[in-house]
Amino acid sequence: MAKRQILNLVKSLFLIFLSALFIFPIAVIVINSFKTRFEISAAPFVIPNSNTFAGLENYITGITETGFLSAFFYSLFITVFSVFAIVFFTSQTAWYIVRRKSRFTKMLYYAFVFAMVVPFQMVMFTLSKTANFLNLDSPLGLVFIYLGFGAPLSVFLFCGFVKTVPLEIEQAALVDGCGSVRTFFLVVFPLLKPISTTVSVLNAMWIWNDYLLPYLIIGSEYKTIPIAVQYLRGGYGSVDMGALMAVLTLSVIPVVVFYFFGQKFIIEGVAAGAVKG
Amino acid sequence: MIKRGKGDFIIFALPTLICFTVAFIIPFVMGLYLSFTSFTTVSDATFVGLQNFISVFKSGGDFLASLKFTLLFTLVSVLTVNIFGFLLALLLTSSVRGKTFYRTVFFMPNLIGGIVLGYIWQLVLNGILKNFGVTLTTSEVYGFFGLVVLMNWQMIGYMMVIFVAGISSLPTQMLEAARVDGASYLTTLLRVILPNLKESFTICLFLTLTNAFKLFDQNLSLTGGAPSGKSSMLALNIYDTFYGSVGREGIGQAKAVIFSLIVALVAFLQFYLTRERGNKKWQKDKY
Repeated sequence: MAKRQILNLVKSLFLIFLSALFIFPIAVIVINSFKTRFEISAAPFVIPNSNTFAGLENYITGITETGFLSAFFYSLFITVFSVFAIVFFTSQTAWYIVRRKSRFTKMLYYAFVFAMVVPFQMVMFTLSKTANFLNLDSPLGLVFIYLGFGAPLSVFLFCGFVKTVPLEIEQAALVDGCGSVRTFFLVVFPLLKPISTTVSVLNAMWIWNDYLLPYLIIGSEYKTIPIAVQYLRGGYGSVDMGALMAVLTLSVIPVVVFYFFGQKFIIEGVAAGAVKG
Repeated sequence: MIKRGKGDFIIFALPTLICFTVAFIIPFVMGLYLSFTSFTTVSDATFVGLQNFISVFKSGGDFLASLKFTLLFTLVSVLTVNIFGFLLALLLTSSVRGKTFYRTVFFMPNLIGGIVLGYIWQLVLNGILKNFGVTLTTSEVYGFFGLVVLMNWQMIGYMMVIFVAGISSLPTQMLEAARVDGASYLTTLLRVILPNLKESFTICLFLTLTNAFKLFDQNLSLTGGAPSGKSSMLALNIYDTFYGSVGREGIGQAKAVIFSLIVALVAFLQFYLTRERGNKKWQKDKY
């Protein structure tokens, strides 16, 4: 009995230590965001004292220099609308592919699987040219591109789930006089809720944090959060470390807060996606 | 079957298909074609045959160097992330308090974007390396291990969540039976838990493999390829070829084609190997 208690104590101590190790880098960023800019690289692990405390100065510089507030809203706009569009349209496509078995839908399915594997660099240049040519280089245009680019994984996940929906339920709806549109939206779509959560979580995580795609397509006119961060760092000349720390903190904190409220959904969504995939 | 409405294709499949065509099919086909041409914008492409592909391997060997860097990075990070993720999952499925809290903390880095992660770790690692008089960009060796540390910090929690789901779904009778038969913890782990987690391992391996291989944001922000492109992985090397100088777009596109082929090959190989092993296991159980 005593042996078991010691074992549990050791386990707990180890896990607490590891948790501290996981939180440490984020804590470093938050602490440094309150230090004067020259003290940051010189002594990153020192807590600010009365001489090196910068108050909110870094935050003011960071926000004004990067246009952080507008970046936040562009990121929010693009992520929310893209995720809605992806869930709404790819669930329908997946249902169509699974229920209408034909050579065409089979080909479509394999095209999506193929697209999942292809790295972004393959289409990086040509996609930005295509988007320019079709006037899709705006936040709204980007939603269309995310729907197209997010479709492969999402269709794949939805297809796996639709296969488990019993056909009898759909036939019952049909007998009751539902057309295919009403059958899908009133009967099938509500049943897809678990996988819709997974698809939303995975796509939101990807789109919110995506840098290269929005940078190449709308980066010269609109900044999302990752573009704003990279903009601060990517310019020539000396980097304002204070402003960088402030902007990093500002981009991490909303995500962490959101995460602590929805962690159950997020983690279960990810785990479910992995099992289905 | 369901009644076949004529308009169904337009309602259900067409919107996705149009966007998929614009965002993927057209750029992919164009990209494939452009890899055989010399171009700076799409309209001025002139056919040059295999010239770009020859240049990829001739010009300075930067592509092969970053291929080597990428392969080594992938190998090391796939092994470490999966081993640590699995060990953590074992720990969190045993009897400890506060499992939800730990799970939440370990998964958290996944939600932070690659660019942000890179700058966070740049400050932390440079702060540590300062004591030894070097920085992350002094040599590509530091960049390499910096990326491995970052990758572990980011992905261990993700893999842990998948392994926890796998371990929790093991039938309790099976573990009970092992206990009744007097199996030690190690025997239970090696003979009962591990063989029944093939599916989880397949998924984790696939996710870490593709994520490590295609890594870009973290690479760009942590070292930016410094010193002189030596810590560039394939994705960053291709990006630099496209946008770092004018006139090498064709070569960049050829590199992208080769990159795609490698990724496809790795993905195919992994699926093939894990499926093969799965079948053999199944057959062995059967007889």
